[in-house]
Amino acid sequence: MNSAPVQQRFNRSSLPTWVKVITRSFHGGVHPEEFKTISNQLPIDRLAQPEKIIVPLSQHLGNPATPIVSVGAEVIAGQLIAEAAGHLSVNIHAPYCGTIEKIETSFVAHPSGMDDLCIHIKTNDKEAVFRYPKISDYKNTEIDELVKRINEAGIAGLGGAGFPTHIKLGTQINTLIINAAECEPYISCDDKLLQEEPNEFVEAAICVAHIVNAEKIIIGIEDNKPEAIEKLIAAIESAHKKNQSDLIELHIVPTKYPSGGEKQLFELLTQKQLPPSIRPAQLGYLIHNVATIRAAYRAIVFGEPLTERVVTVTGDACPSPKNYWIKIGTRFADVLAQTESQHAQQMIMGGPMMGFEVKNSNAPVVKTTNCILLQKKAHQVQEQPCIRCGECATACPASLLPQQLYWFARSDNFEKAQEYHLSDCIECGACAYVCPSEIPLVQYYRYAKSKMKEQAIAKAKSEHAKERHEFREMRLAREKQERAEKHKQAALARKQAAEKKGIEDEKKATVADAVARAKARKQALTNKNNEND
Amino acid sequence: MMSVWIAVLILVGVAALFGALLGFGAVKFKVESDPIIDQINNILPQTQCGQCGYPGCKPYAEAIANGDQINKCPPGGEQGVKALADLLGREVIPLDESLEVSIPRVAVIREDECIGCTKCIQACPVDAIVGAAKLMHTVIESECTGCDLCVPPCPVDCIDMVPIKTSIKEWSWPNPNKKPDSSLMIDVKQVS
Repeated sequence: MNSAPVQQRFNRSSLPTWVKVITRSFHGGVHPEEFKTISNQLPIDRLAQPEKIIVPLSQHLGNPATPIVSVGAEVIAGQLIAEAAGHLSVNIHAPYCGTIEKIETSFVAHPSGMDDLCIHIKTNDKEAVFRYPKISDYKNTEIDELVKRINEAGIAGLGGAGFPTHIKLGTQINTLIINAAECEPYISCDDKLLQEEPNEFVEAAICVAHIVNAEKIIIGIEDNKPEAIEKLIAAIESAHKKNQSDLIELHIVPTKYPSGGEKQLFELLTQKQLPPSIRPAQLGYLIHNVATIRAAYRAIVFGEPLTERVVTVTGDACPSPKNYWIKIGTRFADVLAQTESQHAQQMIMGGPMMGFEVKNSNAPVVKTTNCILLQKKAHQVQEQPCIRCGECATACPASLLPQQLYWFARSDNFEKAQEYHLSDCIECGACAYVCPSEIPLVQYYRYAKSKMKEQAIAKAKSEHAKERHEFREMRLAREKQERAEKHKQAALARKQAAEKKGIEDEKKATVADAVARAKARKQALTNKNNEND
Repeated sequence: MMSVWIAVLILVGVAALFGALLGFGAVKFKVESDPIIDQINNILPQTQCGQCGYPGCKPYAEAIANGDQINKCPPGGEQGVKALADLLGREVIPLDESLEVSIPRVAVIREDECIGCTKCIQACPVDAIVGAAKLMHTVIESECTGCDLCVPPCPVDCIDMVPIKTSIKEWSWPNPNKKPDSSLMIDVKQVS
């Protein structure tokens, strides 16, 4: 892809100097059909308030939040209902006004299909809204104050991983990278957000860059979003004029899955590869998703807690595929009903490449739900033997050997899999996409990864048990020795006592002592009886 | 004749020098090798359950080092047998079928039935039970290895072995090879 078509598309003789068209790409990757135009043609819509919402306490990476409301309590929209448990956790707020119905486990969107603790709220028609105090002059506010606000407002990474944002923003870096690539098919929520609110987004980027003390902002966007790019260029231009500085760079990257992966985007934008086990922050970079940046900005400037997000509702079972503002906790069933897509046979949370199937429509939308993909028919996969074609290695964006990893995972040879850097696999699914034998490769890697984690936990547990067992052995031995020592001491004391009395035989002395004691006792008893008489 | 003696002397001298060097090196740079019993013990799961017929993991490790079979440890599972076989250069053999393979469990004392006899405390190999004579006992769940050793000594049978429930955070992806669960696999090409 060269730069000429992009320039033509934007009808400009030359792009500004701060817009770069990246042509050099990362290794591997695939070009699945995009299906983005299905959902990105109409403006972002809003769903009506459902009767009941279910807010899970674990929507982010880290510890589940601790509920601070009791059953039967009235809450208003935006009110804190669950507090972050420790540093690696985030607050959770009520999306609507209502009454706490119950706090118990119920079905959540998770690949396991298991239940998790949720707060169930019956909504009402009140219109009260809670907001934190506005910090409009953030430039003259302490950085700690701003990070604290983001912590309070319950912001977690909205791109999919749900990492608590306040932890990421607690570092000082050089360059803020904003991930607007949105490379997965079907998903268009960030694209629409950029199209509809480009100025606010640019403001938000400047605000977040201020928090982490970044000197430069790079926005990475795929070239399949011409409208968003056009609007962004205009918004950045006016921001540059206003601030008298060229702080922001816009990098247009070639459309290829998974260019939105952290390491892949980093390579595209900086021409540097991120070594395994090194986080971008260690090199002075911070990567954030579009929606997260916006949520953080709104938490500061408008005091808004995170209670809603843009979700792409799409797929062939959805008659009105569109992006919607959906409140956290809205059940999939309500989304289906309001978008008239009840006939969906398969619900996928996330995109077709990295998402997972949600089997129960009672599952609620959470902070990490970027897309709900509704399909008319769930298809069966017929796995066939590997023919060793090597297509997967060509497609792997992490430059791994998926075929080798597959054999190792299949034969439970996890040590070997780790030698081939299984932990560097980002589970993007590019290998499974190109596999002519339809082998669900990513499932094998996920299986191997969770098994390895299990084994590491078991190993740690056994180490601990061994320590305790050894301590017990040591303690028993010590007690035995102490007892022996005590007996020895007592014997010695008896011997000494005997010697004092001049009796040679120790045993005789002991017996004599005992006889004397018995006599005394008898005497005392007789005396007592006499007194009683 | 003289030259022969010189050659012999030189060779003897060189041999003595290198011998001294090697001897010095062997003492100075001595490598403390991990005794095989400790290496075996590190592989064993340390539940101290005694299902192998020995009174703990270390005695079993000693027995293996002296030639006992490597397949008597159900908590270690096939993975453990494999690791032992790797270490000792023996054949991988299936687990002894007379020993049942146990799922991870934890001991729970029905506290209102406990009479406070301390018998279970004495039996616990990892000191995971707290309590005192004539006072109620309880199991520290995080320390319990699920070895069952506290169950037989209890005179009132108030100890249950409860399977550990996996929470959503500890859930593991299933093996796609053994249990094909098509719903966990989204067919990208069909979806597109």
